[in-house]
Amino acid sequence: MNYVALKMLFGDRAKYLMLLCGLTFCVMLIVQQGSIFWGLMMWSQANISNLNVPIWVTDPGIAQVDEVKPLASTAVDRVRSVDGVEWAVPLYRGVLRARLTNGDYHQITMTGLESATLIGRPAEVLEGRFEDILQPDAVVVDQWAVERMGGPTVVRVGTIFELNDKLARVVAIAKTQKSFTNIPVVYTTYERAIRYVPHERRSLSYVLAKAKDGIPVEDVIHRIRAETGLGAFTEEDFGIKTYMWVLKNTGIGINFGTTILLGFIVGMAIAGQTFYLFTIENLRQFGALKAMGASTFTLARMILLQAFTVGLAGYGVGIGLATVFGYLTASGGQLPFAETWQLLLLVLVALLVICTFSALISIIKLARLEPASVFR
Amino acid sequence: MTDNTQLAAVRARGIVKSFGTGDTQITVLKGIDLDIYLGELLLLVGESGGGKTTLLSAIAGILDINEGSIDVLGVPLSALPANKRTRFRGQTMGFIYQQFNLLPALTAAENVAVPLLIQKVGRAEALRRARVMLNRVGLGDRMDFLPKSLSGGQQQRVAIARALVNEPRLLICDEPTAALDGPNGQKIMELLREVGRSSDRCVIVVTHDSRIFHFGDRMANLTDGRITNIERIQREGSA
Ligand SMILES: Nc1ncnc2c1ncn2[C@@H]1O[C@H](COP(=O)(O)OP(=O)(O)O)[C@@H](O)[C@H]1O
Ligand SMILES: [Mg+2]
Repeated sequence: MNYVALKMLFGDRAKYLMLLCGLTFCVMLIVQQGSIFWGLMMWSQANISNLNVPIWVTDPGIAQVDEVKPLASTAVDRVRSVDGVEWAVPLYRGVLRARLTNGDYHQITMTGLESATLIGRPAEVLEGRFEDILQPDAVVVDQWAVERMGGPTVVRVGTIFELNDKLARVVAIAKTQKSFTNIPVVYTTYERAIRYVPHERRSLSYVLAKAKDGIPVEDVIHRIRAETGLGAFTEEDFGIKTYMWVLKNTGIGINFGTTILLGFIVGMAIAGQTFYLFTIENLRQFGALKAMGASTFTLARMILLQAFTVGLAGYGVGIGLATVFGYLTASGGQLPFAETWQLLLLVLVALLVICTFSALISIIKLARLEPASVFR
Repeated sequence: MTDNTQLAAVRARGIVKSFGTGDTQITVLKGIDLDIYLGELLLLVGESGGGKTTLLSAIAGILDINEGSIDVLGVPLSALPANKRTRFRGQTMGFIYQQFNLLPALTAAENVAVPLLIQKVGRAEALRRARVMLNRVGLGDRMDFLPKSLSGGQQQRVAIARALVNEPRLLICDEPTAALDGPNGQKIMELLREVGRSSDRCVIVVTHDSRIFHFGDRMANLTDGRITNIERIQREGSA
């Protein structure tokens, strides 16, 4: 009877395509929204992930990476002296205004890396050499700086601009993950960064550190906290802390969360409803099968087979379309899009649950159906 | 035909069936006694809304009755639990409806194979037997047609092949010619009469089409919830 079930499903091509379109649309909607949401979350922690260091030491009351709470300059040495720490380096991070020679002003994030190691530097450089950052007045900008500050004709290797009336010369362009605020990043050395910024009592933003090989990161983090009284996080935890903060304190959590939740509920409701209607329209056929001696169990199996077949087909096509969409929009970096396997799994499970659920409703309806109704 | 109860395929006694409750309750069957014998074609006539379909459904065991008993081939239907009754129906009964009720997505041969598939006969074997049956009803050249590309008469013949493919002992037909024109109706009835002639089978046909009355062996009249009279039909050359 599986054969009959599949023929019933595919036989009415128009109905099948309607059903498939409904399910595809729902899957696409959810995956697309979910991926954009997750992409935004990735962007919100770009200022952490771009540096790619295992441990961040912070002020104990830190809320998120972009809200710097400066540390005493002694913090670096205190972290270095903690057992199990392989290295610890200072990081400066602060927002400054850059003035271009054409007179335009732009907000930038100044990132100062320890000059001896350049720990925290971007992995990829698009133009120039990152090491040239050690030359006098040299800075490296990321590709978003080029984009935001007027394009490659305005900002390129060799361009000179002013940071707080001090000269800065672009020696390289680095590739970074776009950040949530999309403020361009300007890299320089730690020592020079604190010369660019107006005098502050404390200029150390973070201490970046790494645990010795073979020592669990969690242990080292606990020790740093206990011995220095500072905050310490793995890269991942600091990222989570940051996007949780973004979720709570910006409209994104509520707005996007509601959109996704609604999309999810509406999408799933449509999926369930579409399939339910499909079986209801076939009720007479199922009734005839019942009159011919098909057990409710057999009919239930047929309906479940139909539900899973069309559900999986819709899932496949929906994900395909969402991925193509994501590829087209995200390849330009204009829209965040992070299609994770967790999301795909969640949608798959939800879809199968909803298909099963609507199949069950149809099955109950079928079990109650008097086969006598086929005489009418 | 004798009234030897040994040969009664269906034995219905004191059937009462009502629909609804309270003020809106209507009693459609008010105590029906009816025997249907192997080897005969019984016509069931009566005014529209008189309860003929209800009686058929009760005999088929697809509608629960309020009072009375129905034995089919010596098996009391009410004694069977629902799932056994469904299987029993699949093995012993075939159905033909006014609206054909073919599955539109299946070819003629596949439609005919369905009752066998339900009985868990393998697909190849089921299709082979379906083809044999379609040849018998004169549709050998329409095996792979979908119902929508067959005429009404052809569709009903597919339905008859489907009803017969399981070799049912009891063939239940509800107005099988109502949706067909005269000549097609005649052809269908000829087929059904042939089935009824076989000594281990019987056919019950509900109709109000007087043009086909002469195909029956007996005619039962259902009026006001009761069988008012059963007459033997005289026809030339009948068995
Ligand atoms: N499931 C049902 N619920 C309520 N009333 C019904 C149902 N089935 C049949 N009836 C009523 O029973 C009466 C007999 O119907 P039916 O057996 O279909 O008559 P016939 O087949 O002789 O035209 C009608 O009045 C019909 O409305
Ligand atoms: Mg009727």
